[in-house]
Amino acid sequence: MIEIKNLHATVDGKEILKGINLTIRPGEVHAIMGPNGSGKSTLSYVLAGREGYEITKGSVEYFGQDLLAMEPEERAGAGVFLAFQYPVEIPGVANTTFLKSALNAIRKQRGEQELDAMQFLKLVREKTKALNMTDEMLKRAVNVGFSGGEKKRNETLQMAVLQPKFAILDETDSGLDIDALKIVAEGVNALRSPERAMLVITHYQRLLDYIVPDYVHVLAHGKIQRSGGKELALELEKNGYAEFGVNEAA
Amino acid sequence: MAATTETVEQVRAVTEQKYKYGFTTDIESDVAPKGLNEDTVRFISAKKEEPEWLLEWRLKAFRAWQQMEEPHHWAKLSYPPIDYQDAHYYAAPKMKARPKSLDEVDPELLKTYEKLGIPLREQEILAGVEGSEGRSPAVAVDAVFDSVSVATTFKAKLEEMGIIFCAISEAVHKCPELVQKYLGSVVPYTDNFYATLNSAVFTDGSFVYIPKGVRCPMELSTYFRINQANTGQFERTLIIADEGSYVSYLEGCTAPKRDENQLHAAVVELVALDDAQIKYSTVQNWYPGNEEGVGGIYNFVTKRGACRGKNSKISWTQVETGSAITWKYPSCILQGDNSVGEFYSVAITNNLQQADTGTKMIHIGKNTRSTIVSKGISAGRAQQTYRGLVKILPKAEGARNHTQCDSLLIGDQCGAHTVPYIESRNRTARIEHEATTAKISEDQLFYCRQRGLSEEDAVSLIVNGFCKEVLKELPMEFAVEAQKLVGISLEGSVG
Ligand SMILES: Nc1ncnc2c1ncn2[C@@H]1O[C@H](COP(=O)(O)OP(=O)(O)OP(=O)(O)O)[C@@H](O)[C@H]1O
Ligand SMILES: [Mg+2]
Repeated sequence: MIEIKNLHATVDGKEILKGINLTIRPGEVHAIMGPNGSGKSTLSYVLAGREGYEITKGSVEYFGQDLLAMEPEERAGAGVFLAFQYPVEIPGVANTTFLKSALNAIRKQRGEQELDAMQFLKLVREKTKALNMTDEMLKRAVNVGFSGGEKKRNETLQMAVLQPKFAILDETDSGLDIDALKIVAEGVNALRSPERAMLVITHYQRLLDYIVPDYVHVLAHGKIQRSGGKELALELEKNGYAEFGVNEAA
Repeated sequence: MAATTETVEQVRAVTEQKYKYGFTTDIESDVAPKGLNEDTVRFISAKKEEPEWLLEWRLKAFRAWQQMEEPHHWAKLSYPPIDYQDAHYYAAPKMKARPKSLDEVDPELLKTYEKLGIPLREQEILAGVEGSEGRSPAVAVDAVFDSVSVATTFKAKLEEMGIIFCAISEAVHKCPELVQKYLGSVVPYTDNFYATLNSAVFTDGSFVYIPKGVRCPMELSTYFRINQANTGQFERTLIIADEGSYVSYLEGCTAPKRDENQLHAAVVELVALDDAQIKYSTVQNWYPGNEEGVGGIYNFVTKRGACRGKNSKISWTQVETGSAITWKYPSCILQGDNSVGEFYSVAITNNLQQADTGTKMIHIGKNTRSTIVSKGISAGRAQQTYRGLVKILPKAEGARNHTQCDSLLIGDQCGAHTVPYIESRNRTARIEHEATTAKISEDQLFYCRQRGLSEEDAVSLIVNGFCKEVLKELPMEFAVEAQKLVGISLEGSVG
């Protein structure tokens, strides 16, 4: 589904990604762990097409297409979704308005009929309930005044509504209380299917108890240093990143 | 990068077709010779078969105007001098007599309004079919084409309630005492250069009178359309809300695309008596000129409302997206005790548009209150200024004002300026002023695009969010239109 080859990226002339290789097949869940500042968010931004990153080397193929040549909205239309580490506030725009515009923009790109207000509300109510969110949050402006945990839940709601093919979750578990973590994980698991793939970025092995990954990768110094199964996460939790030449206290 | 160039191309394509009202109507019309002198004034007055007092009033205004200087120096606008002799001051579609019903209106004209999205005939028919019981008809429209009002819909229904809604030239004959009493009572003919010019040569416009205690059951609306080349449009609108009455009025405007600039100098006067309320909304979408700033309307308008009675209220809501140059300060004179003035404004300038707009709130009576919410959006190389005056006179015990001025910049070649003037002569008055300037952030744009929205849709969504406080003040029927307009007028502003 997605094939990342020798990917190098710089920001403001500073090289952050230094040769990432990663292949993800449909149905798989990959977890990425790694110390602060190692380039995890950078990788997710590069995949989603954020401006300001220069790709100096390498390629990313997505369903046989050159992902890096696509505009961010085209990537979204093709099923790429990024749950942001820091969701953005949009004052004055109701959550529902935002979601409806997003869903219909994506449906339009896919040549599907746009949903009318009634159809949309039915869909979104259903998803909101599954995530234990209130209708009140739907009426509020996108992420404005949301608590950290609410923002993360809101990202999960967007994902549930947009039904992506390839979802990147950048620390979606950070800031969630224990109950919320379970609910969000359930939401994510509900999306797991043989056609979908996920890249889950996290600092905590705890999340991986709920969203059980097929592979775990360690990203440090802009490269994937080691890959393994779920047990790698447990090992990291015990030993930290010292073995990768990183002083964890830093 | 190739992708970027392509986007730029696409954006350009969209921008060029964006002013969809830029067509002209082929219709025979009656045009006054170019130029402006006392004879022009007499010509207009004669065409309208006006009474002597009105001709005299016009002539006084004309003589005053000749002594005045164009206000070039203080508004933050720049444009080449206007040659007032090089325009027609009267243009009217040829009609035998004022049409009594839509059946008598030239089908070409009806077609024009249909193209503009205002099907006059359909509106009446639909309303007739649906009946007035269940859903009251949304809007009664007075359509002004160049200098003349061509049709007023729903006249009969309004007349039943004693409401007068007609062309001002018609009102002069129908209810001369009302016109004579109130015309120029809020904006005197000596007020300012453009208002004085308007007083001399105004051609048509709408007149509204709401009798005591009547709540007008539908939105009243005027649609202004400049068609004829080289004509100025000088309408005059007068709205009187008698004691305890209520009316909501909407004004919309378009003009064909032309390379030369056209002048629009309107005057709007509102009078609210005891316990009356007037809500006046404008969606102004005059042709703004092209990307290089060629053509477009010069929009120099004087709008003022007088809250004459106690507990009266006047509320201005405006969405200004068009015109090459806008110079406009809808104002409230809060005379009556406990009267309320409101000003909600969204002004969008793109490309080379210039706007200098704002409001004046003059507090005279006790416990008068005013609220100003201004949202300015600037893109391209546009320049925009908010200019607001809050004046508290000595007797305005307990007066209050709250002003909020927010500017949003798109790109780094445009400008936004805020110029508040505050004069308080009563120590019990409370005046608050807040101002912010922001840019659309890369983060917001990327977030929206990651969710599938194109850059243009993202900008439109973010800007609509920014203007929400103002847009929600518009009547329902127009809020949706206005939201779309916000998006359209910013097309081409990013990428
Ligand atoms: N605009 C920028 N200019 C300079 N350096 C940047 C810029 N953006 C990111 N970086 C640097 O790139 C490195 C990688 O950042 P990134 O956000 O990808 O880390 P991360 O692995 O997601 O960390 P965390 O676990 O804290 O979220 C950091 O050292 C960061 O300071
Ligand atoms: Mg990160």
